[in-house]
Amino acid sequence: MSSAMFDLILQATLETLYMVAVSGVIATLLGLPLGVMLYVTRPRQIMAMPVLNQALGVITNIGRSIPFIILMVAIIPFTRMLVGTSIGINAASVPLTIAAIPFVARLIEGALNEISPGLIESAQSMGATPWQIITKVLIPEARGGIITGLTITLVTLVSYSAMAGAVGGGGLGDLGIRYGYNRFNPEIMLITVVILVVLVQGFQSLGDYLVRKSDRK
Amino acid sequence: MIELSNVSKTYGSGDNAVHALQNVNLTIPKGTIHGVIGLSGAGKSTLIRCVNLLERPTSGSVVVDGQEMTGLTRSELNHARHRIGMIFQHFNLLTTRNVFDNIALPLELMGEKRSDIQNRVLPLLDMVGLSDKANQYPAQLSGGQKQRVAIARALASKPNVLLCDEATSALDPQTTSSILELLRDINHQLGITILLITHEMEVVKSICHRVSLISDGKLVEDAEVGDFFTAPNTQLGRDFLNDFLQLSPPKELLERLEELPGEHTHPVVRLTFSGDAVSTPLISRLARECSVDVSILQAKVESIQDRTLGLMIAELLGSHEQTQQAMSYLEAHQLQVEVLGHVQRNV
Repeated sequence: MSSAMFDLILQATLETLYMVAVSGVIATLLGLPLGVMLYVTRPRQIMAMPVLNQALGVITNIGRSIPFIILMVAIIPFTRMLVGTSIGINAASVPLTIAAIPFVARLIEGALNEISPGLIESAQSMGATPWQIITKVLIPEARGGIITGLTITLVTLVSYSAMAGAVGGGGLGDLGIRYGYNRFNPEIMLITVVILVVLVQGFQSLGDYLVRKSDRK
Repeated sequence: MIELSNVSKTYGSGDNAVHALQNVNLTIPKGTIHGVIGLSGAGKSTLIRCVNLLERPTSGSVVVDGQEMTGLTRSELNHARHRIGMIFQHFNLLTTRNVFDNIALPLELMGEKRSDIQNRVLPLLDMVGLSDKANQYPAQLSGGQKQRVAIARALASKPNVLLCDEATSALDPQTTSSILELLRDINHQLGITILLITHEMEVVKSICHRVSLISDGKLVEDAEVGDFFTAPNTQLGRDFLNDFLQLSPPKELLERLEELPGEHTHPVVRLTFSGDAVSTPLISRLARECSVDVSILQAKVESIQDRTLGLMIAELLGSHEQTQQAMSYLEAHQLQVEVLGHVQRNV
């Protein structure tokens, strides 16, 4: 393999990591509160607001039901407004983030579901406010489930980011399509796939390690 | 001091309405241990949750330490709850906090300083006998130890009232008695008023001063524990007592038992005696004074607090007149006589 090729692969890998990191961090910052809201505003929950809960649920479901490839082109005007262009890794990070927010939110909600209602009740009996219940009971107790959910999100973002390559997003997907597929270079295609596999394995192992470390059960 | 007046709780409305509590009146003086006993679904859980408003009564008034709870704002209510500790059947400890931090939780919620928390938690750990477990996590503890942590946590905010929601129902008998002993000590040393709900007579017998019996959302009995165990007023109360004493006629006898006396039958009676009657040799006097022989089928003596309770199932052998006279004789000596039925002679 030529050193030019090596540079190309290295750059594509870094681009993929960049897209996953940016969208992963922003989606977590926005998806975590959304997931908590989906949970605590349910009927009979600590901040029961059934109408808001319904509305958030519908919006989340819409976000989750649009295929990523369609979302990517559909929000191009929004992406342009935000980052000034519709191609490149910054542009690709916008639809990745938008797709990941509802994904993260549902996984967080699922993690909170696993908490025994008795824990919330006992915190209430101690005079905890809803905010205290969220920060001192719900999120710490759901820690393992939340890390699991974020790991799934990162893995999904790796594969979505490869899709972003199809529309000039950069990264390993882009490399695979342009060199591996369009230029009939099976070596590049194979290397791209292997790196993606390694990335996914790495994220999963890291996630599993953190879950094990946080698990006190 | 806890005072419930005309407390009702209804879930749903119209035809689907479920009346979990109906006009419950209950006064628990400061420093006493009050038990509420009932079958599952009778409304015990709802009742105890109405005290700290985890369940809001549909109507009625709840006064704890002179403060009407139902009229409080959210933040006033949270404040009031700091004065009411609660422990649960399944302990409800945070799995991600160690023992120390679990006990510290209510103090953190109140915004106490870290150094004050330390000063408060360490003596509590000592009191429940878990000083060496401060850094362990709940998963490493036994059920009894978990409940001790929960008790320490409930006491952290120095409450005047402790609510115990089936606190020993998930524990084995030995652990149960050690937890009950701890609760008794707490009541004794700190003067905390304790309201507990349970379905176990053993719990009521060991630590309660007074007991209420709940059935279908209504309190059907309210008595001193000694009175309740010697003379329950309701059939449900008697069922609980008989279950507890495990005193019922042998199956073989039950099959032969007839409801009405015949020409050649003997009555089978359940005798309950308490107080002086326990130490009086009534059975032998019965034989002498009424010429009735007594065939004892089962007998048991229980100590309930400072009282002794005797129970006996016996067959009275004699003519109809003699056995009637014997029963009047026993009743005259403060025994409760319940005729269970009649059996044929010489079978």
